[in-house]
Amino acid sequence: MELQTFIPLALLILLLPLAGFVTLIFAGKKLPRKGDWLATAVISMSFLLSLTLLIVKLGWYPDESITGSFNWLVLGDAMFGSTLAIELGILIDNLTVVMITVVTLVSTLVHFFSIGYMEGDVRYTRYFAYLGLFSFSMLGIVLTHNLLMMYIFWELVGICSYLLIGHWYEKKSASNAANKAFIVNRVGDAGMFIGIMILFTNFSTFTFETIFESISAGILPFGSTGWLTAAGILIFCGAVGKSAQFPLQIWLPDAMEGPTPISALIHAATMVAAGVFLVARIFPILTADALMVIAYIGAITALIAATVAITQYDFKKVLAYSTISQLGYMILGLGVGAYAAGFMHLVTHAAFKAGLFLAAGSVIYAMHHALHKREDHHTDAQDIRNMGGLKSKMPVTYWTFVIFTLAISGIPLTSGFLSKDEILAGTLAYSSLNGHYLLPLIGFIAAGLTAFYMFRLLILAFHGNHANTSRLADLRESPKVMTIPLMVLAGLSFFIFYSFNPFGAASGWFFAAIERPMSLVPELMQPTGAVLFHETVQGVHGIAMFISILVAGAGILGAFLVYSWKKISADQLASYMSVLYRGAVDKWYFDAIYNRVFVDGTIRLARILRWFDERVIDGLVNGTAVVARKLSQGGRWFDTYIVDGLINGIAEITDRAGNMLGKLQTGKVQTYLVYIVFSFIVLFVLYLQI
Amino acid sequence: MDLIIEPGLTHFLAVSAILFSLGLMTVLSRRNVIMVLMGIELILNAANINFIAFSRFTELSLEGQMIGLFVVIIAAAEAAVALAIALNIYNRFKTINVDQISQLKG
Repeated sequence: MELQTFIPLALLILLLPLAGFVTLIFAGKKLPRKGDWLATAVISMSFLLSLTLLIVKLGWYPDESITGSFNWLVLGDAMFGSTLAIELGILIDNLTVVMITVVTLVSTLVHFFSIGYMEGDVRYTRYFAYLGLFSFSMLGIVLTHNLLMMYIFWELVGICSYLLIGHWYEKKSASNAANKAFIVNRVGDAGMFIGIMILFTNFSTFTFETIFESISAGILPFGSTGWLTAAGILIFCGAVGKSAQFPLQIWLPDAMEGPTPISALIHAATMVAAGVFLVARIFPILTADALMVIAYIGAITALIAATVAITQYDFKKVLAYSTISQLGYMILGLGVGAYAAGFMHLVTHAAFKAGLFLAAGSVIYAMHHALHKREDHHTDAQDIRNMGGLKSKMPVTYWTFVIFTLAISGIPLTSGFLSKDEILAGTLAYSSLNGHYLLPLIGFIAAGLTAFYMFRLLILAFHGNHANTSRLADLRESPKVMTIPLMVLAGLSFFIFYSFNPFGAASGWFFAAIERPMSLVPELMQPTGAVLFHETVQGVHGIAMFISILVAGAGILGAFLVYSWKKISADQLASYMSVLYRGAVDKWYFDAIYNRVFVDGTIRLARILRWFDERVIDGLVNGTAVVARKLSQGGRWFDTYIVDGLINGIAEITDRAGNMLGKLQTGKVQTYLVYIVFSFIVLFVLYLQI
Repeated sequence: MDLIIEPGLTHFLAVSAILFSLGLMTVLSRRNVIMVLMGIELILNAANINFIAFSRFTELSLEGQMIGLFVVIIAAAEAAVALAIALNIYNRFKTINVDQISQLKG
C-alpha cells in the first residue's frame, strides 16, 4: 500500500460511522431490526480498515508521519509573509493508528454487546445512531492534525456523552447526570480553549506541526517560557475535564446512569482516554513544570479515586472510580515522562476496562431479568450486596471478569501488569532524578488499593452465597451476543498482544512503535532527556516490578482476608479508620463542596442579578417609560391646544366670517339692488370728491 | 319773469332724473314682480329720454334716436322674457311676491 492511500483510507474510517449515524437518525426506524445491523456493520468495517492501517503502518512505514490537509478558511496575510489560514487535515502517525484501532475495536464490541443489552429499548435506533456519532467524533479527535478541529470533535464527544448518559432521560437522576457531565466538562474545555488561543495568537496557526516547528525554532508565546507552561497546563485542563482528573473527576461516577455498554465505551475505554491522547499529542511542547503539574494531578486522582472505590456498593460505581484511578495512572505516566508506558496503559486499560464494564452489563442484565421474573421491582439490580455467588450461575461472565480483574490489579502475565509496571518504574525513575518521592509512593499505594477493591468487588459479587437464594433463582447467563465480546476482550487482556516478554513491555512492538517524542521547548525547561530517563527506568525496573507485585499481592490477600475468609471485620476496619472511611464514603466531599460553592454560589449570584434586574434595570426602563409618558403628555397638550387650536381657530374665524357675510345674502333681489345703488352712490360721491 | 320758458337740455335731464328715481323707487319698494318690472320699464325710458335729449341738443344728431329706438325694442323683448320668468316663479312658489322668494338666502 502506498503512503498516499493512507489519507483516503483514514477519511473512510472517519466518515463510515458518520454515514451510519445520518442514515439511522433519519431512516433508522424504517430499516429491518431498526438498523442495529447497519451501525454494527459500518463500525466493524471501520475497525477492519483501522486494523489494516495499523498493520501496514507499523509493518512498512514505522517512522513516517503522513499529513493531508487543505485550507478551510483563508483569513488574510499573517506576519512573516505567510497566509493566515485555518486548515483542515489528517495526521497519521503511530499514535494515531494505535488509537483508532483501539477506538474502533472497543466500539465494535460494544455495538455487538448492545444488540443484546438494549433489546426492546424505547429509543433503540437513536441509541445506535448516537453510538455512530460518538465513534465519528472520537476518531475525529484522533485523526485531526490541528487543535481547532480537535476542539470541535472534543465538543462533539462531549455532546455525545451528554446524549448517551441521558439516554433514559425520563429518570431524573439520568438527566441530572447528563447535565453534570456536560457542565463539568465545559469548565475544563474553557481552559483548553484559552490554551489553544494563546498558541493561535502567537503562531497564527492551529496545526500541530507548525506550532511545534515554531517552538523548536525558539519562538515562545509572548516571548516567555512561563506562557508556554501556562499554555500547556491550560490545554491540559481540557484533559482534566474529559479524563475526569482531580479536581473535575466528579462527573464520571454519575455518568454511570447511562446504559452500561455506554459506560464501557465512553466512560471507560475511549472518550475519557481522549484527555490522555491530548496530553500525548501535545507532549513535545510541555515544559518540565507543566509535566510536573500533570504528574501530580494524575497521582492525586489515582489515589483519591482508589480510596473512594473501596467504599462503594454499586457495581458500576466501583468500576467508575477504578476508571478515574487508572486514568490518573496514565496521566501520571505521561507527566513523569514515561510516555509509551502511559499511552500503553491507555490501550491495555481500554481492553480490560471495556471488558469489566461489559461484564458488569452482563451481570446487571441477568440480575434485572431474574428480578423481573420474580416480580421484584424494589431490589437494586446494581447493588453488590444483593449479589453474591453469581460464579456458578454465570460462568463465562465470571471467568472473563476474573481475567479483567487480574489485569487491572497488575498481576504478571496480563496486559495491565506490563503497562502499570512501566508507569511505576517511570515514577520511580522520575523521583530518583528529581526527588519527587511522593509520586512513586502514591503510585504504589494506589496499585495496592486497586487490587484490594477489585477483588472486593469480585468476591462480594461472584463468590460466597447468594444474598437471597430465592430471589436469584432464575438467574441465567447472558446471551452469546453479549458473552462473545467479553471473551474477545479477555483474550486481549493477556500480555502476548503487547509484548512477547511478560515481564517487560520495553522489548515489545508497542514500545518500538510509540516512542517518546523529542521535547521541543527551550533547553532549560526541558524535562529529563529520553535517553537518561530510559536508562534510569531500566535501573529501577526490577525494584519497581518487585514492589508492584508485592503491593498487588498484598491488596488481593487483604481482600480475601476481609471479604472471603472474614478474618478481619470490614466494619471494625472502618471504625478504626473512621475519619478516612467517612471521607471516602462521602467521596472526599468534592460534590458537597462544589454544591456549596458553585451551585449555591451560582444561585446566589443569580439572586443578586435578579435584584439588580428588578431594581436597577427595571427602574431604568420604567423611569424611561415615565419620562416618555410625560413628554408625550406634553406633546399631546401642545397638539390639542396649539396645533389643533390654530387649525380650529382658522376654521372658527372662517365660519364666523361666513356667517356674518352670509347675512348680507338675504336671497331677496331688492336688497341686492339696494346694495348696488348704495354702492354706486358711494362711488359716485367719492368720484365727485376727487 | 317769462312764464313760458323754452325747454332746454336741463329740463329734459330733470324729467329723466325724476323718472329714473321713480323707477328705482318702484323697483326697490314694490313687492309684486309685475310692479318691479314696471319700475324697470320706467328706468329704461328715463335712459331713453336722456338719449333723445342729448341727440336733440348736441352734435350727436341721429345716433341718440337710433339707440332710443333700439332700447324700446330691447325693453319689449325684456318684458316678454321677464313676464315668462314671473309666470314660472308663480308656478314654482305660488306667489309673485319678491319678499317671499328668498331661497338663495345665505
